[in-house]
Amino acid sequence: MLKSRLGGFVFQLIAFLLALGFVSLILLAVGASPFDAYKNMITGSVGSGRKFAEVLVSFVPLLLVTAGLLVTFSAGLWNIGVEGQIVLGAIGTTWVLRQFVESSVSPWLVISLAILGGMIVGAIWASFAGMLKTFGGVNEIFGGLGLNFVATALTLYLIFGPWKRDGVASMSGTEPFPEAFALPQLEGFRISPWALVIALVAVMIVYFILNGTYFGLKIIAVGKNIRAAYLLGIPTWQYSLYSFLICGALAGVAGALQVTAVYYRLIPAISSGYGYLGLMVAMLINYQAIWAVPVALFFAALNIGSIQLPIVMKLDSSLSGVLQGILVLFVLLTEGVRQKIVKKG
Amino acid sequence: MNYETLLIGLAGVLAAAAPIIFAVLGETISERAGVINLSMNGTILLTAMSGFAVAYTTDSLFWGFLAGMLIGALVSLVVAFASITLKQSQVAIGFVLALTSRDLAYFLGNPFMGVPGPRLQAMPIPFLSDIPILGPLFFKQEASTYISFLAIVLAWLWVFRTRPGLMLQGIGEKPAAAYIRGANVNFMRYVYTVVGGALIGLAGPTYSLGVRAGWMGTISGLDGIGWIALSITIFGGWNPARAAFGAYLFAFLQWLGLVLQPVLTQVPSQVLQVAPFPLMILTLLLVNIGDAEWVSRTLAAMPESARKFFTKFLRAMRASPPAALGVPFERD
Repeated sequence: MLKSRLGGFVFQLIAFLLALGFVSLILLAVGASPFDAYKNMITGSVGSGRKFAEVLVSFVPLLLVTAGLLVTFSAGLWNIGVEGQIVLGAIGTTWVLRQFVESSVSPWLVISLAILGGMIVGAIWASFAGMLKTFGGVNEIFGGLGLNFVATALTLYLIFGPWKRDGVASMSGTEPFPEAFALPQLEGFRISPWALVIALVAVMIVYFILNGTYFGLKIIAVGKNIRAAYLLGIPTWQYSLYSFLICGALAGVAGALQVTAVYYRLIPAISSGYGYLGLMVAMLINYQAIWAVPVALFFAALNIGSIQLPIVMKLDSSLSGVLQGILVLFVLLTEGVRQKIVKKG
Repeated sequence: MNYETLLIGLAGVLAAAAPIIFAVLGETISERAGVINLSMNGTILLTAMSGFAVAYTTDSLFWGFLAGMLIGALVSLVVAFASITLKQSQVAIGFVLALTSRDLAYFLGNPFMGVPGPRLQAMPIPFLSDIPILGPLFFKQEASTYISFLAIVLAWLWVFRTRPGLMLQGIGEKPAAAYIRGANVNFMRYVYTVVGGALIGLAGPTYSLGVRAGWMGTISGLDGIGWIALSITIFGGWNPARAAFGAYLFAFLQWLGLVLQPVLTQVPSQVLQVAPFPLMILTLLLVNIGDAEWVSRTLAAMPESARKFFTKFLRAMRASPPAALGVPFERD
């Protein structure tokens, strides 16, 4: 029974309940009612259409990043640098938009070019981590982390330096772009259907690449056993680099949409931790593309639901991060326990 | 800059390096035994917060440091359990713990943000502190800095000069051979991971009760230090002495950045603040690149004198991890 899909599901349910119990204990320890906290998180995320639209705003970059990470994970790579790749995507998009602020080119063309620009710059930034790994032997975790901090510094430098607002530069970011450069939104909601469509198409493309193409099969082969893949004649370093490029491109699109559909400018926290959160989602779904949509949606709901905690309950909004982390932790642990039992039996 | 301020600055470098020393020594011991504890960045934040909170509540620095060590040990116990007993990916479990501990620190630390609390005071050692130059440099420090000096020596002696230390090297390099020699490999891995975790747990309180006293939540400026400490461990080639040297070098460069800031006004301050990170990538590159195939090909094509120089340089920089790092051990 334990080997079956149902067995896996039962263990994940146990993990979920354990995580909920553990976080409840933490809440009780700080003198807060777990019930109230969860209730606030639920009403804060799906309590109204407007709030759910906010969840979708957060869902878009998370899904894009998760989709990209599924490719690097398939290639056996820990692309922690994804956070910086979002940032560079946003920078690339901002740069393209800045070139057209005074021009009379069709806004549609400008936005398309800007998103393409973000995609390319994100991929280039990812290739740095990839080349450090393939040609320099630098573990992608450390190369990526270092590049993340550099990316943040680059954003701050641009906001306070060459791209500073007229008058005084501030943490509020660059000068907002004209309204014509924004992806159109649904009447009365902050979510742009275009952004949502792009993210959903991206995850479908990734699913197709990994499950339906020879190219994807090679990436998976490299991830499963790099030595065997090499002996089979797959140019392994090239496929490692391809996976970095795909992930960087998708992270770049996430950054591009943060600029064109959410903030309409470059802000210091443009990546908002979606890269790291995407890594968690990818781990939680055990690198299966099919689960990316529901789990990313759930994590986005936790993020948005926790926003009102400081106001309503005087709790820090990092509770969502605690809940997400503990959940992934317990899923990893129960999966380990399950494997141990299966092996013994 | 005059001579006195230079001396004070350098003494400050030694103090600022103390938490990083604890962290890299803890990680070095853990990795020597074969277990990567990737949770370090979160552990440092969580122990900084809890060390401060406990010291504040009990009004005792001792309990603050002890709480840090206990929590560090506890987090590493989870890493050990997941990777040794359950044979799950050390990277995955470590990364999740790094993020979760960080958020937990921010969540639980909320009531202690910006609260003035107890902190370590300088503890000049009689007579020794009167020695010119050496006195103000080494012997007018806080207790945690003295302990960091001691920890380097002890860790080095333990690894390279004792029998259990030899066994420690064995369980990280050739666990099967160590097992035949009578070592309980998995139990010893547990022990060293937890001891290493306790050492890492000293790093947090050393910040929050000394180097950067207090808890400031997300603006504490501690986020990221754990990742740097992890790369210093690699730079240190899993040798406590070389790792400590890396920590001092890092603290020195950071101080240099601060000192140079008013002089180099044309360099934006954001650039100097993140200078450690490209530097970290560069050092990792130098440590690892000697193993790359294209490098040996390029070297072979170089003229004799240049080749000798570069080969020597790369060999000096090179560091190989313990052979069984990250590999679970099975008896059969």
